[in-house]
Amino acid sequence: MGQANPRLRSLVQGKEAVTVGIVDIGIGNIGSLRNAVDSQGWDVSTVSTGEDLSRVTHLLLPGVGAFSAAMARLESTGLDTAINEFSRAGNPVMGICLGMQLLADSGTEGGVVAGLGLIPGEVRPIQRKPGFALPHVGWNEVLQVRAHPLLKGIRADVDFYFVHGYRFVAQAPQSVIAETDYCEKFPSIIGMGNVLGVQFHPEKSQVNGLRLIDNFCLWDGKC
Amino acid sequence: MLKRRIIPIELLSGGRLIKTRVFSDSRDVGDPVKSSKVYSDQDADELVLLNVDRGNRTVSDLAAILSRIAEHCFVPLTAGGGIACADDAARLFSAGADKVVLNSIAYRSPSVVTDISSRYGQQAVVASIDVRHENGNYTLYSDCGRCRETSGLEEHITSVITAGAGEILVQSIDHDGTMNGYDLELMRRVLAVSSVPVIAVAGAGNFSHLKDVLELGVAAAACGSLFNFGDNNPLRAKAFLKNYSIPLKRV
Repeated sequence: MGQANPRLRSLVQGKEAVTVGIVDIGIGNIGSLRNAVDSQGWDVSTVSTGEDLSRVTHLLLPGVGAFSAAMARLESTGLDTAINEFSRAGNPVMGICLGMQLLADSGTEGGVVAGLGLIPGEVRPIQRKPGFALPHVGWNEVLQVRAHPLLKGIRADVDFYFVHGYRFVAQAPQSVIAETDYCEKFPSIIGMGNVLGVQFHPEKSQVNGLRLIDNFCLWDGKC
Repeated sequence: MLKRRIIPIELLSGGRLIKTRVFSDSRDVGDPVKSSKVYSDQDADELVLLNVDRGNRTVSDLAAILSRIAEHCFVPLTAGGGIACADDAARLFSAGADKVVLNSIAYRSPSVVTDISSRYGQQAVVASIDVRHENGNYTLYSDCGRCRETSGLEEHITSVITAGAGEILVQSIDHDGTMNGYDLELMRRVLAVSSVPVIAVAGAGNFSHLKDVLELGVAAAACGSLFNFGDNNPLRAKAFLKNYSIPLKRV
């Protein structure tokens, strides 16, 4: 027998009860992430206002660009408050790349600005080390610090795709799920309750990235 | 540890995948959407797509092809060729590009590089530099190799990094399509001044050539002819490179 049709698989596994929202603040590309979630058989919905959040069960916060510009867009659409409420209700939320950094209390890219404050910490540039080119671009390991349903079925030694110059500095050590080493060790997966953040791009990390996205969509936000 | 990347480079003209030799003699080598899917399944670490259509320096065709590729390929996509303003870059990003490649505009108006970099981040901007070996020195060319530039190699690298480029793609025009190996002297000079990752392009004809250039210290080796013609692919390239302790992605 060949591979099951993803739509059929979704009905069998009860995936019809899940709608994955992807925050679109008009900077960069959400198409790849949408295609990646869709390829796993999940329903996807774009979120560009607070009202859109009432239609979704899971939320992905992608992002490229400068921290300050992205926060300004979230504030002007009222999404900053709406995402906070959505997350306080216990719904699964995952930030990707800049989206992970936006979960922090504050960022320094483009001036010091407040973040969403969902995971204690701040964002600052990766500290340059002689012999290392920056930004950090390419495939690197994600070294697991503690078990999490997000990493179910993913071997410890596989690589994910990173492309960033800034890093998350976690204030709560227990929020670090995995770390990556480039110039210095930094958290590559963080999580607190129902809120998660990944510094790499699962939607660009081929088979292991798709598995991680599927794990997120299967997750109920409890751990 | 950060891994070295093996990148198939795909040149596009009139909606088709082509391959040139010393920036001319173009040959049709297939459909870019199908090739991209095959490369992605063969464990490519990233795909670079460049519009080299000299009659069409707009990003429209590239954006259309890119969005079809992004439907099926969950791998980093880097695209450029003809980007003249921040809006062109925006079109490519929304079509599925993770990084954009800027070449001619970096000589004409560096402020456009800065604009794109401040909007999408430095990590999303790749400066492409085409170089020809002339009278014992390296001369830079823009506009698909047609326009001779006056700035020196080191000077231009420093200026694009200052303007906001987060990666440099260096291509030797003389080595393009020759399959005789990368211009190692050129790559050495680029590595000596670049503080950002370097992607080496032009000349790969066998897997030893990839080893030679990766051992110099470039972050990535891009290949056109090597994968366009014959039975070679990224999986086989990596199987060879693993014997030389070159760190490569694990899946």
